[in-house]
Amino acid sequence: MLGSSVIIEHLSKDYGDFHALKDVSMNINQGEFFSILGPSGCGKTTLLRIIAGFVFPDEGAVYLGDQNIVDLPPEQRDCNTVFQNYALFPHLSIYENIAFPLRLQKMSESAIDERVKKYLKMVQLENHSQKKPNQVSGGQRQRVAIARALINEPKVLLLDEPLSALDAKLRSNLLIDLDNIHDQIGITFIYITHDQSEALSVSDRIAVMNKGEILQIGEPFEIYESPATEFVASFIGETNIFSTTVSECSKKEDTDEYLCKLELDNFSVPVFVTDDGPTEVGQRVSYTVRPEKIHISLQKPMGRKYLNIFKGIVEEPIYAGFQSKLYIRLENGELIKVFKQHIKFLDEGPEISYLDEVYVSWTATDGYIIEDIDR
Amino acid sequence: MKNLKLKKDLGSYYAYPMGIWFSLFFLLPMVLIFAYSFLSKGLYGGVELQLSLKAYRDIFQKAYLLILGRTVVISFEATLYTIIIAIPCALALARSKRQTLYLTLIIIPFLINSLLRIFAWMSILGSDGIINRTLIQLGIITDSLPLLYNRRAVILVMVYMYLPYAILPIFSAIDRFDFSLLEAARDLGATKMQSYIKVLFPSIKSGINTAIIFTFIPAFGAYTIPLFVGGKDSYLLGNLIVDQVTKTRNWPLASAFSMFLTLISTVLVMYVFVDDKKKNPKKKRKI
Ligand SMILES: Nc1ncnc2c1ncn2[C@@H]1O[C@H](COP(=O)(O)OP(=O)(O)OP(=O)(O)O)[C@@H](O)[C@H]1O
Ligand SMILES: [Mg+2]
Repeated sequence: MLGSSVIIEHLSKDYGDFHALKDVSMNINQGEFFSILGPSGCGKTTLLRIIAGFVFPDEGAVYLGDQNIVDLPPEQRDCNTVFQNYALFPHLSIYENIAFPLRLQKMSESAIDERVKKYLKMVQLENHSQKKPNQVSGGQRQRVAIARALINEPKVLLLDEPLSALDAKLRSNLLIDLDNIHDQIGITFIYITHDQSEALSVSDRIAVMNKGEILQIGEPFEIYESPATEFVASFIGETNIFSTTVSECSKKEDTDEYLCKLELDNFSVPVFVTDDGPTEVGQRVSYTVRPEKIHISLQKPMGRKYLNIFKGIVEEPIYAGFQSKLYIRLENGELIKVFKQHIKFLDEGPEISYLDEVYVSWTATDGYIIEDIDR
Repeated sequence: MKNLKLKKDLGSYYAYPMGIWFSLFFLLPMVLIFAYSFLSKGLYGGVELQLSLKAYRDIFQKAYLLILGRTVVISFEATLYTIIIAIPCALALARSKRQTLYLTLIIIPFLINSLLRIFAWMSILGSDGIINRTLIQLGIITDSLPLLYNRRAVILVMVYMYLPYAILPIFSAIDRFDFSLLEAARDLGATKMQSYIKVLFPSIKSGINTAIIFTFIPAFGAYTIPLFVGGKDSYLLGNLIVDQVTKTRNWPLASAFSMFLTLISTVLVMYVFVDDKKKNPKKKRKI
């Protein structure tokens, strides 16, 4: 494979008193599509700029393959960047923008032409090559930036929110294009975004960041289904989070799993949850369950074992096309979000509407314990 | 629709005051000088109404051509140094946190009469001036250095005089420049120097062109600077024209030289602007 691994060790960066990065470490594999996900201002661009060589870290090392590149100037690093604002050269045509890195290497005219044409074709811009950047659309500009960053055949491509300036439809199309390009050339992509759905859909692995720290690194389903912290749980997708106390915890027979009973604050009904490790009795933990995992009905569902059932009032039904979002006020005053998918044209059972008394239910395996509670 | 059309038609009328001003104070004198250059010399100055091409024949004398050549070279040198100094100044200014302060400092000299500023230079460079006195007191030299009344002094004062005119347009171009483009260039493999040459300079070229015009044209027509700080080796076209009017009283010849000067200046402006237009056909020029 042409790509290279990127190993980041204990990077820290302060701007005055402000800690932009705090002891960030991660291993990015060769050829991986690795996303760094976090809210605005969490230090994503700073991290990327350290990898690219525009910011010098206070501490730590960056390895490209097995070479520490922290002391190299940007032009000597074997990685290229697609910038947040594209940074196309306005005085050069699309063709010359893409040819720019090759001209610096004093490559022969025919070799340049061949290579530029190949990349123009890859990003489907053959017909626009003689235009100036301000004469093409935002999505096309984006593709020029990608072609220009790839033409040097770097080992790592850094992408800083490359789609954030585009509209939703175009974004999803370009994301698929990007994924295809990644599959075609097989180099390592480090993709920065604050959009969780982008990250979930294309990444091999995701690192979730907040306030300069890495909170969790994992495959998309891990991040979504077993978030390490409350922040991760609420940042990736929508979820319900409850403060609880562990009252019982024991190993289930015949499995590796543990079954725990959690007491919700100001509530008489406990919740049951399975976990792959034991949790100490009496410990304060957060409990999270995704809204789409919750079943809602007007009749009380059959009492299977370890089914969590709660009664509540529909406070806010929101129709959203393919699904409805329902906000249900439970008896302890807590609000719980439920997504009801519209799978059939007329859903089974009578329609649920405003102020109806309903039952919400989910099984013990649908929720997760988050031990890291103080965030 | 109707209203819009009316407004649009009015547009050309708005230009009238400017047009009248321009014709009265610029075009008319030009036409007069043009006419004078084809008339004959009056005995005590002025002209006689008799068509003649003598003025234009006289221009091409060796002595005059020498002065013309010298003017071109000195203006060229002054422009070159001015631009070389102006670019880093404008860069520093654009990236500075105290822009307003520095801009004010650059503009302050404009508030002082240019003759006074030339006199200030005379008292700095003179044989009894600040530099010579300091050097003598320090014992570095015994006799005053000839700093004044030569072409070096002329070029120095020209650079000083025209520097603000060069800094401002370059600064305004750099100010509009997106510095993240330099990072993009570095990222793509350019060294720091290459990123300046391949990305910054082409983007601020129109500003540099304007600065060249703002420097070369006044230098080419300069007359007070060589008069006060120049010597025999820096007698320029401007001085020649003034002397033709006041001393030799050959108005047609002075007019012919003026036409010549105007012609060269115009050609230069056209060249620079047309060159600019060709490269950015759609963009509107901003100075
Ligand atoms: N040169 C700088 N000087 C001082 N503070 C800075 C500098 N660059 C970044 N910061 C601060 O560091 C923090 C992280 O910035 P960074 O650009 O990395 O955020 P980000 O995660 O990329 O955000 P966004 O999603 O909005 O692009 C921000 O709070 C920012 O204000
Ligand atoms: Mg950013």
